[in-house]
Amino acid sequence: MDPALHDFGVFIADSLSREVLETKIECNELIVVVHREAIVKVLTFLHDDVNCQFKQLLDVCGVDYPHRDDRFDVVYNLLSLTHNRRIRVKVRTDEETPVPSATGVFVSANWWEREAWDLFGIYFSDHPDLRRIMTDYGFDGHPLRKDFPLTGHVELRYDDERKRVVYEPVKLVQEFRSFDFLSPWEGASAALPGDEKANAAGDGEP
Amino acid sequence: MTPGFSADTATAVPPGAGQGALPRRVAGELTEKGFILTQVDKLVNWARTGSLWPMTFGLACCAVEMIHCACSRYDLDRFGVVFRPSPRQSDVILVAGTLTNKMAPAFRKVYDQMAEPRYVISMGSCANGGGPYHYSYAVVRGCDRIVPVDVYIPGCPPTAEALLYGILQLQKKIRRTGTLWR
Repeated sequence: MDPALHDFGVFIADSLSREVLETKIECNELIVVVHREAIVKVLTFLHDDVNCQFKQLLDVCGVDYPHRDDRFDVVYNLLSLTHNRRIRVKVRTDEETPVPSATGVFVSANWWEREAWDLFGIYFSDHPDLRRIMTDYGFDGHPLRKDFPLTGHVELRYDDERKRVVYEPVKLVQEFRSFDFLSPWEGASAALPGDEKANAAGDGEP
Repeated sequence: MTPGFSADTATAVPPGAGQGALPRRVAGELTEKGFILTQVDKLVNWARTGSLWPMTFGLACCAVEMIHCACSRYDLDRFGVVFRPSPRQSDVILVAGTLTNKMAPAFRKVYDQMAEPRYVISMGSCANGGGPYHYSYAVVRGCDRIVPVDVYIPGCPPTAEALLYGILQLQKKIRRTGTLWR
């Protein structure tokens, strides 16, 4: 583990002791979990403080944990070119509770938050233009939620009588089937081919 | 029609003196008589197949193979295939890539703006039947749900050769159909 990164995490936790819930380092990446209401303050601090200088917001994304009460994580990935350092800030929210928008601090947050709204239905308060950004016009639902059906609800067809493209309920000839039993996403516990020695040696190197 | 002047030469002429035989005979006939005889539908098909101008409709990675096919190695210009940016100038629309729900009405509008006779080449698995996105909520399961397709090119993506072969198949289809109106 990088001791400088650890010290930086301690510095963040000390400077924002009331806002930060948790700091941790995973895979040599610093992760800071903060209070939802304090996200703008935290981002402003990370943007302005002389030891942080995170001038670039690379990404705002959502994560869905359907079993949790606060089911969504909003993840902010920041980059400081000045200090050659990255940080990941997380807040928790649910379907109804809005997250304060980061557009006042980072202009680039505008479209990222629209994307998170579109795909997860995470609501951002004080966003200047919270519209859908990627899905179809008049789309119903938020497709990256775990409870959204893979094939959605409608499909398209050109209607020769009405002379336009019409929406119809999905009719599938064959249901989706997954044969990838070895996929780690499907919960396979067996070691993948080639990974047998990864945990056996115990030297920690992947 | 004069025998030997058939436009649909099914077999390739091997290299050698035989290759220039057809243009030499046409030129000889022209200098000798001042005219050549043919049939109108053959002439029309010859003109159509010799200048298939595709509407560029690159939607995804297949567009890269389409670009390869148009560039100097395979050089679609040899076949009179010149990519056009406007549907009003094109004969064929080359659907290269994933057709999403959001794009489908716009795609149909572009197709409707093309002048008759118009042809559709569906390039790649996504345009043929949705491909890896067949079960997606956002993708049209085959562009034949939106427009009538003439030639399907399989592959993910199809190679530039496959696209070239598909275009030659469309030329063959136009010659075989041989109608003035479609």
